[in-house]
Amino acid sequence: MTLLGSSPPRPDGAAKVDGTLRYANDLPAQGIWHGATLRSPYPHARIRRLLWHPERAPAGAVCVTAGDLPGPNGVQLLDDEWPLLAANFVHHVGEPVAVVAASTRLAARQALKAIEVDYEPLEPTLDLSTAGRQEPLYSLELKSGEAEQELERAHLLVEGTYRTGHQEHIYIECQVMSAGWEADGTLVVEGSMQCPYFVHRSLVHALPLESDKVVVRATPVGGGFGGKEDFPSVIALHAALLARACGHPVRIAYDRHEDIVGTTKRHPSMVTHRVGVDAEGRLQAMEIDVVLDGGAYRTLSPVVLSRAVLHAAGPYRCPNVHIRGRVLRTNTPPNGAFRGFGAPQVQFAMERQMDRIGRRLGFDPLEIRLRNVLEEGDRLPTGQQMDESCSARLCLEKAVQETDFKERWQRLETQRIARGDGDSAHGIGLSLYFHGAGFTGNGERVLQSVIEGALLEDGRVEVRTAAVEMGQGCDTVFPLMAAEASGLLPADVVLAAPDTSRVPDSGPSVASRTSMVVGSEVAYVVREIRDRVLAWWSDHQKDGSGYTVEGGLVRGENGKGRPFREVSSRYFEAMEPLVISRQHEPPEWQVFDEETYQGVAYPTYAFGADVVEVEVDPDTLEVSPTKVTAVCEVGRVLHEKLCIGQVEGGTLQAVAWGLMEEVKLEAGRYLNDRLATYIIPTIRDSPEMEVHLLERPWKGGAFGAKGVGELPMDGGAPAAVSAVENATGIEVDAIPATPERLLALSSARRWVPSEPKDPQGDRGAKR
Amino acid sequence: MKAFAPRSLEETLLRLGEHPDLRPLAGCTDLMVSEPEDRLDLPGVLDLQRVSELRGFRWRGETLEIGAVTAFSEIRDSPDVRQSFPALAEAASKIGGWQIQNRASLGGNMANASPAGDSLPVLLVLDAQIVLVGPEGKRTVPYRDFHVGYRQTALGPGEIIGWVQLPRPPQGATQFFRKVGTREAQAISKVVVALLASVSDDLITEYRLAAGSVAEIPLRLTEVEEAMVGRAAKADVADLAGHLAAHAVRPIDDVRSTAEYRRFALAQVVRRMTLQLVS
Repeated sequence: MTLLGSSPPRPDGAAKVDGTLRYANDLPAQGIWHGATLRSPYPHARIRRLLWHPERAPAGAVCVTAGDLPGPNGVQLLDDEWPLLAANFVHHVGEPVAVVAASTRLAARQALKAIEVDYEPLEPTLDLSTAGRQEPLYSLELKSGEAEQELERAHLLVEGTYRTGHQEHIYIECQVMSAGWEADGTLVVEGSMQCPYFVHRSLVHALPLESDKVVVRATPVGGGFGGKEDFPSVIALHAALLARACGHPVRIAYDRHEDIVGTTKRHPSMVTHRVGVDAEGRLQAMEIDVVLDGGAYRTLSPVVLSRAVLHAAGPYRCPNVHIRGRVLRTNTPPNGAFRGFGAPQVQFAMERQMDRIGRRLGFDPLEIRLRNVLEEGDRLPTGQQMDESCSARLCLEKAVQETDFKERWQRLETQRIARGDGDSAHGIGLSLYFHGAGFTGNGERVLQSVIEGALLEDGRVEVRTAAVEMGQGCDTVFPLMAAEASGLLPADVVLAAPDTSRVPDSGPSVASRTSMVVGSEVAYVVREIRDRVLAWWSDHQKDGSGYTVEGGLVRGENGKGRPFREVSSRYFEAMEPLVISRQHEPPEWQVFDEETYQGVAYPTYAFGADVVEVEVDPDTLEVSPTKVTAVCEVGRVLHEKLCIGQVEGGTLQAVAWGLMEEVKLEAGRYLNDRLATYIIPTIRDSPEMEVHLLERPWKGGAFGAKGVGELPMDGGAPAAVSAVENATGIEVDAIPATPERLLALSSARRWVPSEPKDPQGDRGAKR
Repeated sequence: MKAFAPRSLEETLLRLGEHPDLRPLAGCTDLMVSEPEDRLDLPGVLDLQRVSELRGFRWRGETLEIGAVTAFSEIRDSPDVRQSFPALAEAASKIGGWQIQNRASLGGNMANASPAGDSLPVLLVLDAQIVLVGPEGKRTVPYRDFHVGYRQTALGPGEIIGWVQLPRPPQGATQFFRKVGTREAQAISKVVVALLASVSDDLITEYRLAAGSVAEIPLRLTEVEEAMVGRAAKADVADLAGHLAAHAVRPIDDVRSTAEYRRFALAQVVRRMTLQLVS
């Protein structure tokens, strides 16, 4: 009987619920000093003078500035353009200018006052319209067919510009990192992170150190959503530098306010569509201009842009496509990785554009999508041909069938016009989306991920990966996948903690790749170890019998079973250590040309369709999402409950991004830099969720699983906004669709006349 | 830092006499979300929540007296409040979430003096009186004179809010409350509105309207009140009420909303309440 798709309890569940699990900031702090960060108050300024006055600081406090660095002043990600600490210039509010350490948190914060900085403010670039005049941080282009020519010839040209805002991750656990130097010069760093080897690489690069002199350990992570992909490297470097300066291990733990002020967010976007369709609503040509706000530094923006461009045309068929993408530099804090990684922004635009095309031609949201939906055999703008695991139509049809979408949408369109004073406005909206699974392009080939398995003395198999359990459930799913592949019990598999001195670099825990890529190799190494053990056992028994494992029992031909662990522990006693190392190779047909942007950008795609229902207050324009029906085709469901959890969580994050989450900036400063003012949904704001998981396995591995972490982030916002349009008639092309924005877009302003009437004049009207 | 948790009013007044600069605490739901550094600068704190004289409900003739440290969950659930002052019970149920309602108190909401305080417009339309108490003795002031400027109150040095007195509303009056917040729970108001009004013989005979988050202090909208009283109770007065309300306030753009939206939402809510009143 297969374990895959069932829902065994997660091994980390009880300790997370009862509070006994130790997160990074719960670890013993004895002897630890505490770090604090001095940040720029200006979006752009020259640092005229930077002075540290130790006599004004608590005794023993130390300070590190850009002038004290032992190596390159750059956080190594794709490149090292992002400074650890500002040198000479600051380029955004909140940019670290100096870090200090002292024996208590409070003393460290007080020590910040002993730093004197003299800034000469400079003119900042704060919005995308002016940023476009400067050299972009990164740009790229994707072309298929003859979009420009075909646009001229199209029956109808539909244009639209769509904007999305920042989004803050709000993982429950704020960023924490501790660093200490051992007597032999080894640096040990532990903290909350998604990618231990990213942190490792940045430490080796900037300090600089020999690779084997750096140990990075990921503690249990209280949520990441991409926010712990790039930024932990920055804090790790700060902590390591301070630890070296003060001679004590140093911990830097951001509180929520500092976490919002200091760390990366989702890239705001402005996407412009020029789309030509024929009279039947079929897409003929698309010109799409994608602009992302990168903030002050490049960080991971080039790969975010890459994913954005590759998803910009959505799961639709169109023979002529020209997509241009640019990341622009502004004097705002750098934006970085966030669940969806560029795809939610461009699919918001694409889905709104499909609704708009439908309205222009008189087709409802379902009809316009059905006429263009990507099918098996169709090609993406990259030339990649869809195989049998393409399920866009399947998702669309399931979603509308479950919700009676077509009929209800039409009915609500009619009701809107006839609605009485004071009646709530109801609306229903639809979105169709897809998400490329795993790293973009040749990313997986470049990564050369390695996964290790080793037989332990007690006969269990230890699996060594750098994958981090951050709530997504890899610690639950890996043993299930290994058991499925090998016949061992999930309990026969033990996962090594993600510690760079103990596990190989299996790549970062990002890009919906952990189950799909790392998990399949986990299954491989465990099966390989099983085979070695069985081969030895067969020889050892000298009975000529073939042996198999099922349900954790080793059986010969005579059918007598004994626990695998009993057999494997005897192997351990008798034989040399058994360690299997496996490097992940993407399918050989996954070839992508980074120059022309043609080829196979992702080995497979997961698809989804969302139907969001909303109720809009007739007086205040407050929008309540009442129900979401999410249909996600994920290849293969590995653990049903966790998979549904991913879809529910991602969908809520997406709906909230579409309706309420808004980072407000004034002169480059975040105005709502705390949870009282950065509004995320509570349970009372959360819609009822109905999730349907569909399976069209892909052939590349992981039992057909395609990756689910990011997919549900792509569809919630456009479907919610589409529902608002259905309810109110207000065409929303920028999110979040707050009541303030709806008011600005609507004609409801009749209640705010510019000239106050004279109340005395009205008195005359009295009876 | 000094911290006191007196068990009686007598002890409280003694402490305040000795240290008039102590910060009185009545739930801490505002204080504990301030900057940690700012809290360090406090000269000392005086926790009023264990002072039994300052907690609970008592009728004095036709006036309900509520102790200042009474928690919003107690107000929300009080049969007396629900029956005679339903708008206050409603406001209490909309403040923060359950956890906040269990800690936050009516007096705290007043003393914190945020223009967005959810219970404050209700107290204004209920014509509340408040009893202030300090080492110098007691004095009673109309609540509408309590807020004297942005985050400024009529409290003297060493003085605390002791009780809130709510006169029983006129026979047949209807109470309305509406909070327009940033989300369904754990939200601070963008606009908060309370109305107490009566209709008799098809005439509006009583119309008390107040709003929060629309000016530097919670406001009684007297221009609207004066224009409404004596009018025929017909649907068209609702439009006028909304219109006048929008012009009786001084909202601003801030991190939670815009001045434009606040005017709009206030006008719409006042219109809706008035429509319900006259229909």
